[in-house]
Amino acid sequence: MSERPVSYEDVTGTLRERATEALGDEQLRTNLRASAGSWAAGRKRMDEQYPFQEMREKGREIRTRAVAELPQLLDQLEENLTATGGVVYRAADAAAACRYVVELAQREGADLVAKSKSMATEEIKLNEALEEAGLRVVETDLGEWIIQLAGQHPSHIVAPAVHLNREEVADLFEQESGGPVENEREALVAHARQRLREVFATAQIGVSGVNLAVAESGTICVVENEGNGRLVTALPRIHVAVMGMERIVGSWEDAAHILELLPMAAIGDDAAGYVNLITGPRRPDETDGPEQFHLVIVDGGRSALRGGPFEEILNCIRCGACLYACPMWKSVGGQAYGSPYSGPIGAVLTPVLEGPHASSAGQLPHFSSLCGACHEACPVGIPIHDLLVKARGQATEQRPRSERVGMWLWSRLWSNPVAYGIGRRLARAGARVLGRRGWIERLPGPAGAWTSQRDVPTTWPPKPPSS
Amino acid sequence: MRALLMRTCLVDHAAPSVGRAARVVLERCGVDVVEPRGQTCCGQPAWTAGYPDEARRVASHTLQVFAGEDPVIVPSGSCAAMIRHAYPEAFAGTPDEDAARQMADRTRELTQFLAEHGLNPGCSHRGSVTYHDSCHMLRLLEEKESPRTAMAGASGIELREMEATDVCCGFGGVFSVNYPEVSGRLGEEKARHAAATGADELVSCDVSCLLHIAGRAHRTGTPLRVRHLAEVLAE
Repeated sequence: MSERPVSYEDVTGTLRERATEALGDEQLRTNLRASAGSWAAGRKRMDEQYPFQEMREKGREIRTRAVAELPQLLDQLEENLTATGGVVYRAADAAAACRYVVELAQREGADLVAKSKSMATEEIKLNEALEEAGLRVVETDLGEWIIQLAGQHPSHIVAPAVHLNREEVADLFEQESGGPVENEREALVAHARQRLREVFATAQIGVSGVNLAVAESGTICVVENEGNGRLVTALPRIHVAVMGMERIVGSWEDAAHILELLPMAAIGDDAAGYVNLITGPRRPDETDGPEQFHLVIVDGGRSALRGGPFEEILNCIRCGACLYACPMWKSVGGQAYGSPYSGPIGAVLTPVLEGPHASSAGQLPHFSSLCGACHEACPVGIPIHDLLVKARGQATEQRPRSERVGMWLWSRLWSNPVAYGIGRRLARAGARVLGRRGWIERLPGPAGAWTSQRDVPTTWPPKPPSS
Repeated sequence: MRALLMRTCLVDHAAPSVGRAARVVLERCGVDVVEPRGQTCCGQPAWTAGYPDEARRVASHTLQVFAGEDPVIVPSGSCAAMIRHAYPEAFAGTPDEDAARQMADRTRELTQFLAEHGLNPGCSHRGSVTYHDSCHMLRLLEEKESPRTAMAGASGIELREMEATDVCCGFGGVFSVNYPEVSGRLGEEKARHAAATGADELVSCDVSCLLHIAGRAHRTGTPLRVRHLAEVLAE
């Protein structure tokens, strides 16, 4: 395991305990339902206005090709970006990536870092590393800033504060500023803008993520809706962009397609507010832009996935659509997952990036009913439901002994018709003995988990409730 | 036409009448139904739980029991999907690879088989139903129409679509016992949507979902009758 695992280390309890607790939070469920509902409406509009299925196929083809050519594309990106005066650092793991940024900040005498939204920095825990080194880090994406003020982890890849409502946000802003903040959408945004403007103006370093890098020109694309990404990448003296190594395509033709798909899938709209295209630092003849541009390319377990059973997870464009589509995520939100990557994609990505045997996130792939809504929602057609099944098979040594022994025994009995026939007769007889009034309310042993939530009919069709 | 009926393990253990109903439906359509002796399970419980070796052991037995050229008919979208969607992958690189692909090609969920061959069992049932799209039927077999075609072919059946019919009921195989609370909540929502249609009963092409939904409905006091669609079509 790397020094900084993808999962959050401060998360307590089992996944089941966290999920059950979240399930009881009615406010949370109302907020999740509202946001997932508005995403679904937007997404439906996109399906009606665009040939989404064809675009999805093309998206899948583009991403598959990029992952296949990954080493060459990264070399090309590095070469082209270096030629513009930018610096490329390839980090083998989270620790190396954090060390690079911390040392850069110390070397440059920085004390304030402005950040725009980035899942890669959340994955490598860059904020914690910078804060441990004594720097002040301020998130400038509205949702991320809210989460930072609340001292929480994000609950969605694209919409980190989607689990909170307006009242909760207004309370946080009042605590932060020490003054009254009106509980109105526009007042809240104006308040955030006011507070964050000071940060943009004084930060020495701006840290952004990368939605997509384009190898042929050495450009990075930062897609956002608030304009904070533009300020973070343009105002501070130094811009550091952090990207997962697979976030790349070869050509602008490919990039155009992915950039078109991304907002459609992520927010159910056909355009994002801002698409920042950045090719290196300020040139001698330019009047603005950062003096230094650093691109940190993080491996963090990714190259080990190429050519293996989980290679397709590298096709992900981090749109978050599979979260909004997932009945499990919609029931409990993202924080219960204990990883920056929640929902179906996170339940695969987290353990496979950490390495399945070392992972503390081995429970995650089991937190899915395998309904396939994630695959249906995915704009690049990743068979997430199949990958969840494979991920379950990666770390069976972490499963309860009763399950492992049970499966072994089951496979021997049910491949034998005689044993199967005896079991079947026993089950029918058991149902007759145990069942009162047509229903069993409690089963012994491992089957008790079933009856913790449901009654079991002893007849079929089940005896309807007496009326 | 001859066809092999795979009853499925869940039907054998919890809902034997569904196997009998599937046979009646097919025979009424003129199909010569054979229920191969010694049949057990498709192997899905172990496959989706992450135990491919154990799944293959049971699935190999199933490959043998259903060997031949005849179509295999399954009154379960989920088990049919296991065979059609997962067998080729489960047996890839093994001596059974060809047999697995061949079985996948000739396996159909019951209503898919009826629709494909334009068969109508001449159902005489009169009443209203609401239909739950089970996930593997809908998303792995990509089949939304065939059960509705079967219901539309019966003049006495009134289909009342429920809200969110394509949302998972929360059963999910081992998920139902690993995360029973979340599973239960989703089942409760499904039962509520079904009951809200005011239909006489909830039908589906998967006993697994129905056991879960009905069990949760009974626990939470939601009045709901459930039956497998084959049982309605067999009337």
